[in-house]
Amino acid sequence: MSTTGTTPWHPEIASAIIDELKTKPGALLPILHALQDRFGHIHSDAVALIARALQTTRAEVHGVISFYHHFRTEQPGRHVVEICRAEACQAQGARALEAHAKSALGIDYAQTSDDRTVTLEPVYCLGNCACGPSVRVGDDIHAFVTPESFDELIDDLKTEQLELK
Amino acid sequence: MSTRIYIPSDTTAKSLGADRLAMQMAVVAAERGVDIEIVRNGTRGLYWLEPLIEVDTAEGRIGFGPVKSKDLDTLFDAEFWQGKQEHPLALGLVEEIPYLKRQQRLTFSRAGVIDPLSLDDYRAHSGYQGLAKALEMSAQGIIDEVKASGLRGRGGAAFPTGIKWQTVLDAPAEQKYIVCNADEGDSGTFADRLVMECDPFMLIEGMTISGLGVGATQGYIYLRSEYPLAFETLNNAIATAYDNNLLGENILGSGRRFDLEVRMGAGAYICGEETSLLESLEGKRGLVRAKPPLPAIVGLFGKPTVVNNVLSLAAVPFILDQGAQAYAYCGMGRSRGTLPFQLAGNVKQGGLVELAFGPSLRELMFDFGGGTRNGRPLRAVQVGGPLGAYLPESQWDTALDYEAFAGEGAVLGHGGVVMFDDSVDMSEQARFSMEFCVAESCGKCTPCRIGSTRGVEVIDRIRAGENREANLELLSDLCETMVDGSLCAMGGMTPFPVQSAMKHFGEDFAQPAKTEMEVA
Repeated sequence: MSTTGTTPWHPEIASAIIDELKTKPGALLPILHALQDRFGHIHSDAVALIARALQTTRAEVHGVISFYHHFRTEQPGRHVVEICRAEACQAQGARALEAHAKSALGIDYAQTSDDRTVTLEPVYCLGNCACGPSVRVGDDIHAFVTPESFDELIDDLKTEQLELK
Repeated sequence: MSTRIYIPSDTTAKSLGADRLAMQMAVVAAERGVDIEIVRNGTRGLYWLEPLIEVDTAEGRIGFGPVKSKDLDTLFDAEFWQGKQEHPLALGLVEEIPYLKRQQRLTFSRAGVIDPLSLDDYRAHSGYQGLAKALEMSAQGIIDEVKASGLRGRGGAAFPTGIKWQTVLDAPAEQKYIVCNADEGDSGTFADRLVMECDPFMLIEGMTISGLGVGATQGYIYLRSEYPLAFETLNNAIATAYDNNLLGENILGSGRRFDLEVRMGAGAYICGEETSLLESLEGKRGLVRAKPPLPAIVGLFGKPTVVNNVLSLAAVPFILDQGAQAYAYCGMGRSRGTLPFQLAGNVKQGGLVELAFGPSLRELMFDFGGGTRNGRPLRAVQVGGPLGAYLPESQWDTALDYEAFAGEGAVLGHGGVVMFDDSVDMSEQARFSMEFCVAESCGKCTPCRIGSTRGVEVIDRIRAGENREANLELLSDLCETMVDGSLCAMGGMTPFPVQSAMKHFGEDFAQPAKTEMEVA
């Protein structure tokens, strides 16, 4: 099961990533993706590095990071769990699922559980619309998720965490 | 000789356990000494049967589904790999399943049939024959063929593809671009994803032909970040195409050039709007541009650019290979060819249904979809994504045709059909439409940015029973302002589901919203 990027912030690694991609036309999104995939989030110190490499302002870079839902500026939990909120999943009970998920984890969207296992995020469509409600964990999509199967999924993520320790 | 068994590998099949099934089947076969070769195909798109495994036999491919891990022992006991059909999950010849047989699969003829990443498979099923013909034709000849096919943009706007290409061809520039809009953000749609996960060479071929047609040498596929598997599959297919001179500086020895790269979006619905997409590709915030100038004249990096949906570009190889007339032969009125519909939401038999334009929405939902999944009465249907109208039963006999839907104040859009049973609260759905616009508006124009926030507030007051009549009037007024005053379809169409909910399901706005106790 894939997890979020966990390399601790390191300016030299970041600079190498930026240098490798900066000559692409429209390089900013590829750079942000590469940094987030590596470090799990876009560190605040990355903004100045990117701005210098692309000869743009820090404000411009910050504006782009904050525009897109996908980019995050804080390290998420070990797993990002995304619940589809869109209509096709609503028609299959997604509203009850999201209410259950929030209360079972004791967190709201964009928050991380106390044990740092799970960050909960909303998502608007995973393209799995004939088999909703759908939930994404890392790059895995889960179909027909019920409150019960959601709990099992979370249990698996937490157990895996313990086994790794 | 080993028997070939197909196990699907698209996102939905995987979400239903296809990977684990493939792994376990290999183990069980080895334990039992049965010689099988497992091939991971795409998917046929018959999702209620997934994982749908297929056994290659002399008579054709025999299907079994939906198969779970626990069924493996009994399947092997019943000698399914010999094509024996005694197991209760046996479906007979897959091509004969009515759901599939009654479709007109032009674009999706290979989906689920071939190994998505096998160039040999693709070529053995008419792949790259369209490109071979295009290489023999003039640029104008290619565009004339696309025009004659009647193909209209499958992203939702239904603009004639050939005319867009002509505009780019006629725009003088040293550099032009082909941009594929693969930001399939509409809920209830997955046809683009299926093209990319099940038949990626078709999209690559279509974009290459488009490049030859308009004189563009660089293509980008702007793919949403919610589709990680499509990203991987496309990149693998593109690498194979480069290795085989199907991309790069000398396509099939012709001396013609076309390069292609996949770029990942970042979770912004608005980037499915073409000008916002171009801004995003340029590395900026996805703010919508005012039109004119059209992207065909001033597009990516200021150059003439074709921006087409995945399905539009994917239809092109067939048109060049089989001829414009073969494509235009299907359909009705000004809607020529086929549209891949996607049955989603509360539906018994969900999946991909590629049909020539013309049948009614009711036929699609009942003859193919089989009604709701939970058996409750169907009440409302949203067609065309989150910006599409909700249709009540009185409109279900509307023909699936761009103009017929426009006549009902609805849109076909990208062909997504989301079904809701009678437990749906339409005022809650209307609220969500506004809430979605709050989350996804690019913020450039006021009616969309502020109007959607006010929309949520007004609907909350209506649902709470505050000054209901006055607030309903206010909501109608707000919707009109958004439709008339927004810069793009995001703000301009967000009112469609709201207005249709108010018009056709007014009773849901007439009482205070149900409390959780009542719903339970």
